[in-house]
Amino acid sequence: MSDLATVSRAPARGMITLRGDFTSAKLKRAVKAATGHAVPKSGRIAGDGHKGVAWMSPDELLLMVPYADVASTVDKIASDMGGTHYLTVDVSDARAVFSITGPDANEVLARLCPVDLHKDSFAIGDFRRTRLAQVAAAFWRHDTGFDVVCFRSVADYAEGVLQRSALASKTGAL
Amino acid sequence: MLILECPYCGVQADETELHAGGEAHLKRFGPDSSEEDFEGYLFVRENPKGVHLERWRHSAGCGKWFHAARCTMTLEVFGTYPAQTLAPPKYIVERIKDKRPGWSWRNFS
Repeated sequence: MSDLATVSRAPARGMITLRGDFTSAKLKRAVKAATGHAVPKSGRIAGDGHKGVAWMSPDELLLMVPYADVASTVDKIASDMGGTHYLTVDVSDARAVFSITGPDANEVLARLCPVDLHKDSFAIGDFRRTRLAQVAAAFWRHDTGFDVVCFRSVADYAEGVLQRSALASKTGAL
Repeated sequence: MLILECPYCGVQADETELHAGGEAHLKRFGPDSSEEDFEGYLFVRENPKGVHLERWRHSAGCGKWFHAARCTMTLEVFGTYPAQTLAPPKYIVERIKDKRPGWSWRNFS
Protein backbone atom coordinates (compact mmCIF):
# COMPACT_ATOMS: atom_id res chain seq x y z
CA MET A 1 0.00 0.00 0.00
CA SER A 2 1.11 3.48 -0.68
CA ASP A 3 -0.15 6.85 0.33
CA LEU A 4 -1.43 8.89 -2.55
CA ALA A 5 -1.89 12.04 -0.52
CA THR A 6 -2.37 13.34 2.99
CA VAL A 7 -5.94 13.86 4.16
CA SER A 8 -6.42 16.13 7.15
CA ARG A 9 -9.45 17.74 8.69
CA ALA A 10 -9.10 21.49 8.71
CA PRO A 11 -10.24 23.69 11.61
CA ALA A 12 -13.66 25.32 11.19
CA ARG A 13 -13.72 28.15 8.70
CA GLY A 14 -16.07 31.06 8.46
CA MET A 15 -18.58 30.28 5.72
CA ILE A 16 -21.56 32.32 4.63
CA THR A 17 -24.13 31.29 2.05
CA LEU A 18 -25.23 34.28 0.00
CA ARG A 19 -28.15 34.01 -2.39
CA GLY A 20 -29.25 36.78 -4.68
CA ASP A 21 -29.10 38.23 -8.15
CA PHE A 22 -25.47 38.09 -9.38
CA THR A 23 -26.07 40.90 -11.83
CA SER A 24 -27.01 43.37 -9.08
CA ALA A 25 -24.36 46.04 -8.51
CA LYS A 26 -25.08 46.00 -4.77
CA LEU A 27 -24.40 42.28 -4.54
CA LYS A 28 -21.16 42.64 -6.51
CA ARG A 29 -20.00 45.41 -4.18
CA ALA A 30 -21.01 43.45 -1.07
CA VAL A 31 -19.06 40.37 -2.21
CA LYS A 32 -16.00 42.48 -3.02
CA ALA A 33 -16.18 44.19 0.37
CA ALA A 34 -16.60 40.91 2.26
CA THR A 35 -13.95 38.81 0.52
CA GLY A 36 -11.80 41.17 -1.54
CA HIS A 37 -12.74 39.24 -4.67
CA ALA A 38 -15.23 39.72 -7.48
CA VAL A 39 -18.10 37.24 -8.09
CA PRO A 40 -16.44 34.26 -9.84
CA LYS A 41 -17.56 32.65 -13.08
CA SER A 42 -19.56 29.42 -12.86
CA GLY A 43 -17.50 26.50 -11.59
CA ARG A 44 -14.75 28.72 -10.19
CA ILE A 45 -13.49 29.97 -6.85
CA ALA A 46 -11.84 33.34 -6.29
CA GLY A 47 -9.36 33.57 -3.43
CA ASP A 48 -8.94 30.62 -1.06
CA GLY A 49 -10.65 28.88 1.85
CA HIS A 50 -9.69 31.62 4.29
CA LYS A 51 -10.79 34.61 2.27
CA GLY A 52 -12.61 33.78 -0.91
CA VAL A 53 -15.83 33.30 -2.78
CA ALA A 54 -17.04 30.21 -4.67
CA TRP A 55 -19.78 29.78 -7.28
CA MET A 56 -22.36 27.32 -5.92
CA SER A 57 -25.28 27.77 -8.34
CA PRO A 58 -26.67 30.52 -10.59
CA ASP A 59 -28.00 32.35 -7.54
CA GLU A 60 -25.83 31.09 -4.69
CA LEU A 61 -22.30 31.95 -3.56
CA LEU A 62 -20.22 30.56 -0.72
CA LEU A 63 -18.27 33.32 0.98
CA MET A 64 -15.30 32.29 3.09
CA VAL A 65 -13.89 34.61 5.73
CA PRO A 66 -11.97 34.08 8.99
CA TYR A 67 -14.19 32.27 11.53
CA ALA A 68 -14.17 35.21 13.96
CA ASP A 69 -15.32 37.67 11.28
CA VAL A 70 -18.54 35.89 10.23
CA ALA A 71 -21.03 37.88 12.32
CA SER A 72 -19.54 41.24 11.37
CA THR A 73 -19.41 40.20 7.68
CA VAL A 74 -23.10 39.17 7.71
CA ASP A 75 -23.99 42.55 9.25
CA LYS A 76 -21.87 44.39 6.69
CA ILE A 77 -23.58 42.53 3.82
CA ALA A 78 -26.98 43.46 5.26
CA SER A 79 -26.07 47.15 5.19
CA ASP A 80 -24.44 46.87 1.73
CA MET A 81 -27.47 45.14 0.24
CA GLY A 82 -29.93 47.73 1.51
CA GLY A 83 -33.47 46.98 0.31
CA THR A 84 -32.37 44.41 -2.28
CA HIS A 85 -33.83 40.91 -2.12
CA TYR A 86 -31.10 38.56 -0.89
CA LEU A 87 -30.36 35.94 1.77
CA THR A 88 -27.35 35.21 3.96
CA VAL A 89 -26.86 32.31 6.35
CA ASP A 90 -23.90 31.62 8.60
CA VAL A 91 -23.14 27.99 7.74
CA SER A 92 -19.67 27.83 9.36
CA ASP A 93 -20.68 25.26 11.96
CA ALA A 94 -22.75 23.22 9.51
CA ARG A 95 -19.71 22.34 7.44
CA ALA A 96 -16.58 20.23 7.71
CA VAL A 97 -13.47 20.97 5.67
CA PHE A 98 -10.76 18.54 4.60
CA SER A 99 -7.46 19.27 2.93
CA ILE A 100 -6.00 16.70 0.57
CA THR A 101 -2.40 17.52 -0.20
CA GLY A 102 0.17 15.80 -2.33
CA PRO A 103 0.93 15.33 -6.03
CA ASP A 104 -1.70 12.60 -6.43
CA ALA A 105 -4.48 14.30 -4.48
CA ASN A 106 -6.66 14.19 -7.60
CA GLU A 107 -6.56 10.37 -7.58
CA VAL A 108 -7.97 10.33 -4.05
CA LEU A 109 -11.02 12.30 -5.17
CA ALA A 110 -11.32 10.60 -8.55
CA ARG A 111 -12.10 7.32 -6.77
CA LEU A 112 -15.05 8.89 -5.00
CA CYS A 113 -16.51 11.55 -7.29
CA PRO A 114 -17.97 11.36 -10.82
CA VAL A 115 -15.70 14.17 -12.00
CA ASP A 116 -12.88 14.34 -14.55
CA LEU A 117 -10.00 15.42 -12.31
CA HIS A 118 -7.18 15.49 -14.85
CA LYS A 119 -5.25 18.71 -14.38
CA ASP A 120 -6.16 19.83 -17.90
CA SER A 121 -9.89 19.37 -17.15
CA PHE A 122 -9.94 20.57 -13.55
CA ALA A 123 -7.37 23.31 -13.05
CA ILE A 124 -6.29 25.32 -10.05
CA GLY A 125 -9.19 27.55 -9.02
CA ASP A 126 -11.85 25.23 -10.45
CA PHE A 127 -14.68 24.52 -8.03
CA ARG A 128 -17.22 21.73 -8.20
CA ARG A 129 -20.24 20.66 -6.18
CA THR A 130 -20.80 16.97 -6.57
CA ARG A 131 -21.18 13.62 -4.86
CA LEU A 132 -18.40 12.27 -2.61
CA ALA A 133 -19.18 8.54 -2.42
CA GLN A 134 -22.69 8.70 -0.91
CA VAL A 135 -22.81 12.29 0.34
CA ALA A 136 -22.94 15.76 -1.18
CA ALA A 137 -19.67 17.68 -1.18
CA ALA A 138 -17.85 20.51 -2.90
CA PHE A 139 -14.16 20.91 -3.60
CA TRP A 140 -11.67 23.08 -5.38
CA ARG A 141 -8.11 22.63 -6.57
CA HIS A 142 -5.36 24.87 -5.18
CA ASP A 143 -1.56 24.98 -5.43
CA THR A 144 -0.92 21.98 -3.18
CA GLY A 145 -3.99 19.81 -3.65
CA PHE A 146 -7.70 20.07 -2.92
CA ASP A 147 -9.94 21.43 -0.20
CA VAL A 148 -13.18 19.49 0.29
CA VAL A 149 -16.27 20.86 2.01
CA CYS A 150 -19.15 18.67 3.19
CA PHE A 151 -21.90 18.75 5.80
CA ARG A 152 -20.54 18.31 9.31
CA SER A 153 -23.20 15.69 10.03
CA VAL A 154 -21.44 13.36 7.57
CA ALA A 155 -17.88 14.45 8.38
CA ASP A 156 -16.86 11.11 9.93
CA TYR A 157 -18.11 9.24 6.89
CA ALA A 158 -16.35 11.65 4.52
CA GLU A 159 -13.10 11.45 6.47
CA GLY A 160 -13.29 7.65 6.40
CA VAL A 161 -13.79 7.35 2.66
CA LEU A 162 -11.12 9.97 1.95
CA GLN A 163 -8.56 8.30 4.23
CA ARG A 164 -9.35 4.89 2.76
CA SER A 165 -9.10 6.24 -0.77
CA ALA A 166 -5.73 7.84 0.00
CA LEU A 167 -4.30 4.46 1.01
CA ALA A 168 -4.69 2.95 -2.44
CA SER A 169 -1.89 2.65 -4.94
CA LYS A 170 -1.55 5.10 -7.77
CA THR A 171 -3.34 4.10 -10.95
CA GLY A 172 -1.55 6.66 -13.11
CA ALA A 173 -4.76 7.09 -15.10
CA LEU A 174 -4.88 10.80 -14.33
CA MET B 1 -23.89 5.53 -17.75
CA LEU B 2 -26.16 8.42 -18.66
CA ILE B 3 -24.36 11.77 -18.73
CA LEU B 4 -26.33 15.02 -19.01
CA GLU B 5 -24.91 18.52 -19.22
CA CYS B 6 -26.46 20.75 -16.58
CA PRO B 7 -27.58 23.90 -18.43
CA TYR B 8 -26.93 26.03 -15.33
CA CYS B 9 -23.42 24.87 -14.26
CA GLY B 10 -22.27 23.58 -17.63
CA VAL B 11 -20.84 20.47 -15.95
CA GLN B 12 -21.13 17.02 -17.47
CA ALA B 13 -23.09 15.37 -14.68
CA ASP B 14 -23.47 11.63 -14.60
CA GLU B 15 -26.74 10.11 -13.46
CA THR B 16 -25.48 9.41 -9.93
CA GLU B 17 -25.25 13.16 -9.42
CA LEU B 18 -28.76 13.74 -10.76
CA HIS B 19 -32.30 12.95 -9.71
CA ALA B 20 -34.90 11.96 -12.29
CA GLY B 21 -38.07 14.04 -12.07
CA GLY B 22 -40.42 12.36 -14.54
CA GLU B 23 -42.08 13.81 -17.58
CA ALA B 24 -41.44 17.40 -18.68
CA HIS B 25 -43.88 20.12 -19.70
CA LEU B 26 -46.87 18.91 -17.67
CA LYS B 27 -49.64 21.45 -17.29
CA ARG B 28 -51.10 21.50 -13.83
CA PHE B 29 -54.85 21.24 -13.42
CA GLY B 30 -56.03 22.28 -9.98
CA PRO B 31 -59.18 22.05 -7.85
CA ASP B 32 -61.60 23.75 -10.28
CA SER B 33 -60.66 21.69 -13.31
CA SER B 34 -62.67 18.85 -14.83
CA GLU B 35 -62.17 15.30 -13.60
CA GLU B 36 -60.65 14.34 -16.94
CA ASP B 37 -58.10 17.16 -16.89
CA PHE B 38 -57.17 16.40 -13.32
CA GLU B 39 -56.76 12.71 -14.05
CA GLY B 40 -54.59 13.57 -17.06
CA TYR B 41 -52.39 15.85 -14.99
CA LEU B 42 -52.06 13.36 -12.16
CA PHE B 43 -51.81 9.99 -13.89
CA VAL B 44 -51.58 10.02 -17.66
CA ARG B 45 -47.98 9.93 -18.86
CA GLU B 46 -46.11 9.38 -22.08
CA ASN B 47 -44.09 6.18 -22.18
CA PRO B 48 -42.29 6.32 -25.50
CA LYS B 49 -39.83 3.84 -26.88
CA GLY B 50 -37.80 6.64 -28.43
CA VAL B 51 -37.15 10.29 -27.71
CA HIS B 52 -38.67 11.49 -24.45
CA LEU B 53 -38.69 14.89 -22.76
CA GLU B 54 -37.87 14.60 -19.08
CA ARG B 55 -37.23 16.66 -15.99
CA TRP B 56 -34.01 16.16 -14.08
CA ARG B 57 -32.59 17.81 -10.99
CA HIS B 58 -28.88 18.41 -10.51
CA SER B 59 -29.31 17.26 -6.93
CA ALA B 60 -25.68 16.80 -5.89
CA GLY B 61 -24.61 19.92 -7.75
CA CYS B 62 -26.31 23.28 -8.17
CA GLY B 63 -29.70 21.88 -7.11
CA LYS B 64 -31.57 23.28 -10.11
CA TRP B 65 -34.24 21.56 -12.18
CA PHE B 66 -33.68 21.28 -15.91
CA HIS B 67 -35.14 19.48 -18.91
CA ALA B 68 -33.53 16.85 -21.10
CA ALA B 69 -34.42 15.31 -24.46
CA ARG B 70 -33.24 11.72 -24.41
CA CYS B 71 -33.94 8.51 -26.28
CA THR B 72 -35.24 5.86 -23.88
CA MET B 73 -34.04 3.07 -26.16
CA THR B 74 -30.50 4.15 -27.10
CA LEU B 75 -29.84 6.64 -24.25
CA GLU B 76 -28.81 9.16 -26.91
CA VAL B 77 -29.07 12.67 -25.48
CA PHE B 78 -30.36 15.37 -27.83
CA GLY B 79 -29.78 18.23 -25.45
CA THR B 80 -30.65 19.76 -22.10
CA TYR B 81 -32.36 23.08 -21.50
CA PRO B 82 -33.41 25.23 -18.53
CA ALA B 83 -36.74 24.53 -16.83
CA GLN B 84 -38.16 28.06 -17.23
CA THR B 85 -39.93 27.20 -20.47
CA LEU B 86 -43.14 25.60 -21.72
CA ALA B 87 -41.64 23.94 -24.80
CA PRO B 88 -38.32 22.49 -25.94
CA PRO B 89 -36.10 24.97 -27.83
CA LYS B 90 -36.21 24.86 -31.63
CA TYR B 91 -32.64 23.66 -32.08
CA ILE B 92 -33.29 20.60 -29.94
CA VAL B 93 -36.52 19.74 -31.80
CA GLU B 94 -34.61 20.08 -35.09
CA ARG B 95 -31.81 17.88 -33.83
CA ILE B 96 -34.35 15.20 -32.83
CA LYS B 97 -36.21 15.37 -36.16
CA ASP B 98 -32.95 15.11 -38.10
CA LYS B 99 -32.32 11.75 -36.51
CA ARG B 100 -35.91 10.60 -35.95
CA PRO B 101 -37.97 11.83 -38.91
CA GLY B 102 -41.64 12.14 -38.02
CA TRP B 103 -40.98 12.40 -34.29
CA SER B 104 -43.82 13.78 -32.21
CA TRP B 105 -44.41 13.97 -28.50
CA ARG B 106 -47.68 15.25 -27.04
CA ASN B 107 -48.20 18.65 -28.72
CA PHE B 108 -44.65 18.96 -30.00
CA SER B 109 -43.47 17.74 -33.36
